[in-house]
Amino acid sequence: MESFFTRLKNPLVLIAIVLVQVIALAMQVQRPARDADGPAGGAAMESEGSAPDGQEVSLLRRWTVTAIAPLEAGVQISSSKVRGLWHDYVDLRQARQQNMALRNEVARLREEEASLAEDAAQGRRLQRLLAFREQYALTNVAAQVIGTSGSERSHVLYLDKGSADGLKPDQPVVTPDGVVGKIRDVFPHTSQLLLINDPSSGAGVILAVTRIRAIVRGTATGQVQIDDLTADSRIKVGEPVITSGGDLVFPRGLPVGTIQSIAPDPLHQPYTAITIKPAADLNRLEEVLVITASSATLPPAAAQDAATAEATAEASQRAADLVARKLPGLQPSAAAAEAAGNGAAGTAAETKGASRGSGAGTTPAAPDDPESQIGGLPGVANSGLPKPRAALHTDRFSPGATLPATEMTPGGQPESPGRAQGQATPGHQPDQQPQQP
Amino acid sequence: MAERSYTSREELDQYGFHPGVTVLAPVVCILLQAMLPKTFPWLLHLDLPLIATIFFAVSRRSPIAGAVTGTLIGLFQDGLTNHPFGVEGIAKGVVGYVAASLGFAVDIDNAINRATLVFTLSLCQSGLLYLIAHWLLGETSYQLLPVGELLSAVANSLVAIPVFYILDRFRIRD
Repeated sequence: MESFFTRLKNPLVLIAIVLVQVIALAMQVQRPARDADGPAGGAAMESEGSAPDGQEVSLLRRWTVTAIAPLEAGVQISSSKVRGLWHDYVDLRQARQQNMALRNEVARLREEEASLAEDAAQGRRLQRLLAFREQYALTNVAAQVIGTSGSERSHVLYLDKGSADGLKPDQPVVTPDGVVGKIRDVFPHTSQLLLINDPSSGAGVILAVTRIRAIVRGTATGQVQIDDLTADSRIKVGEPVITSGGDLVFPRGLPVGTIQSIAPDPLHQPYTAITIKPAADLNRLEEVLVITASSATLPPAAAQDAATAEATAEASQRAADLVARKLPGLQPSAAAAEAAGNGAAGTAAETKGASRGSGAGTTPAAPDDPESQIGGLPGVANSGLPKPRAALHTDRFSPGATLPATEMTPGGQPESPGRAQGQATPGHQPDQQPQQP
Repeated sequence: MAERSYTSREELDQYGFHPGVTVLAPVVCILLQAMLPKTFPWLLHLDLPLIATIFFAVSRRSPIAGAVTGTLIGLFQDGLTNHPFGVEGIAKGVVGYVAASLGFAVDIDNAINRATLVFTLSLCQSGLLYLIAHWLLGETSYQLLPVGELLSAVANSLVAIPVFYILDRFRIRD
């Protein structure tokens, strides 16, 4: 037995090492940490890799990042200092060699020009960041990218801001060009940014022209794709894609990118693979904005839109009131018109509900009103079937317009519509008049 | 117990390293791997920690040491990604073991042999990562891109030659 273990010591050790890691992998995959009050919409579209780690795993990752991040930040700072030292040294040499007038002067001016160009470029980037902040009125934190995951399979970047700066997991990260990703994990002075082209990433979007909602995901090859739409001739290459806000992570209306190509997805028929060209250059990110909170005050453009919508809603309300006063026969539908008027300023879902109400022509019955139900348990709401509503224009097909079968005589003439209309039926309210042309 | 001759390859070519080099060299490789792609995104195709794993494994000629070194480097890499711990750990542990085992049969001082070894083990690692992603993690979207993996393997083997040359200077014959 001893010789067996001695002989197979090496493979047994390897098997033990691999086995331990496989078990550790299984435990990590089985128990992903889910933030209990996290965004439900976002959770539905994200996979394992975008979720924060469990407590033990998070501790390990914190140690790793704590070991590497200061080195990265140190290299970043020292490299900029070395660059400054180099420039100063060159300047000093030029100061000492002023007798080599023109050639050195030209060289120095060229260097200055390059330096100024760099400063100007940085200034422009910061100016755009500032303009973006003003435009969207969002509370945000500017952060600098200090490193990557170092793996082509993991599209993760490290930022120089962490929980000490108010960053939290699932906060969206953007640039003035567009959406970049979201914060995955936060450490005291560093945070992990999950890019939108990572396979575990996802975001709710709207195609800006066709107003089709979809979900963008990253692919294994680092592309950004929509793969939950079937073929649609209205969707064209070049159409802008913006965030929908439905994932409860990214604010609505931020640019995501433009459609680069549309092709059938051979693995998931009948869906199409719509490749998005990200608006932000995900490969060359330097400064980013982490949106920490939405501001309570709207930006001027949005405030103007809201005022216009409110004025439209008021006008609709006045028109509905006027119609209700002049045409009392339409009074039951006035409430629906009112609802439709309010819906103009409200959300799309609210508008949809209001139009359904006005289409019926009556005030919708309360769902738990026992008088509006047939059968069911006494005192138990919604346990029976809904009663059919009275029709505005009754005919022989309307509920209650036809005589019961017991009162019909074989060969008898059918009742005239006028009589049917005048007859009080269980589903017909006597005070309701047919609409006059 | 089998008696080993003094001139066996294992004894002749077995090297050790100063503890500082053993720790710092992989950390520097991981740091460079994390920082360089920020400026040069195409460098993500390189795998400097893999090169360090292979170098230490073939220099020490001990499969167990190779597996442990590879596992530790891989776990450190996992810490910087959004993957669970163990993905790179398993792959690099196996690569370290195989590299040390192959080191008995191959002259590791030859540049062509080194490049070939790194090329082969780079492809091996890609295959292992694919298997781990598919079988252990159930990531069906994970794709093995043959051309991309080949290019990565070629890049790794080209970069390995100067890296091995630099690290050779820190070897101590046991």
